[in-house]
Amino acid sequence: MNQEIYPKLTEIITPYLPEDVDPQSIEPSSHLVNDLNINSTHLVDIVLDVEDAFDITIEDDELDKMDTVEASIALIEQKLEAR
Amino acid sequence: MTKEEIVAKLPYGDPFLFVDRITEVSQTHIKGEFTFKDTCDFYKGHFVNFPVTPGVLLLECMMQIGLVSLGIYLLRDKGFDLRSNSTVAMVENEARFYKPVFPNDTVTVESDLQYFRFHKLKSKVKMLNEAGEVVCQGIFSGILKPGDAES
Repeated sequence: MNQEIYPKLTEIITPYLPEDVDPQSIEPSSHLVNDLNINSTHLVDIVLDVEDAFDITIEDDELDKMDTVEASIALIEQKLEAR
Repeated sequence: MTKEEIVAKLPYGDPFLFVDRITEVSQTHIKGEFTFKDTCDFYKGHFVNFPVTPGVLLLECMMQIGLVSLGIYLLRDKGFDLRSNSTVAMVENEARFYKPVFPNDTVTVESDLQYFRFHKLKSKVKMLNEAGEVVCQGIFSGILKPGDAES
């Protein structure tokens, strides 16, 4: 688990959590839609914020890869390495 | 795609089509007009003895021109048809109202694209009255994608 990406990502995710989901409940294995109840349209906002925060580009067909927190981190790491 | 073709491809019909014509369109901008005729049924009840156009219909007009019409133009080469193989759904509207719109007023809607990615179109939209005053403005977004609304 990348210790630099994780806190940055949880910070990005937090404003998009529904009111009844505690930010403290975010775990590496959390599924963004099924566990954290994030609206699928907010996933787009999260992706755009991730792109800005890490200065990377996520392609249209890669949205599905960002299903859990750890899968998102893996994709971000991969993008940072390829940069 | 011509401006007339955009209007013809909208998935709305009477009494819920709130676009008369598109007057400008580009990859990042669209402008259109609509006249709220005094014969509209809702004026009988909004309000009793004081007909004024409901704010929700101003929002609808802004979304039909500012989001849906722009989306149709941006997807013009993608085999995208909101009347058969694709759907549209509102996601968010963060709007503020400034002036009333009365029966027979013509409004102009202008929309500037913020992004259209992963099927989500987000735009800054404003509505002006005939005097050029801002009636309503806000940030709107919607989903335009192939398939049914459930998926």
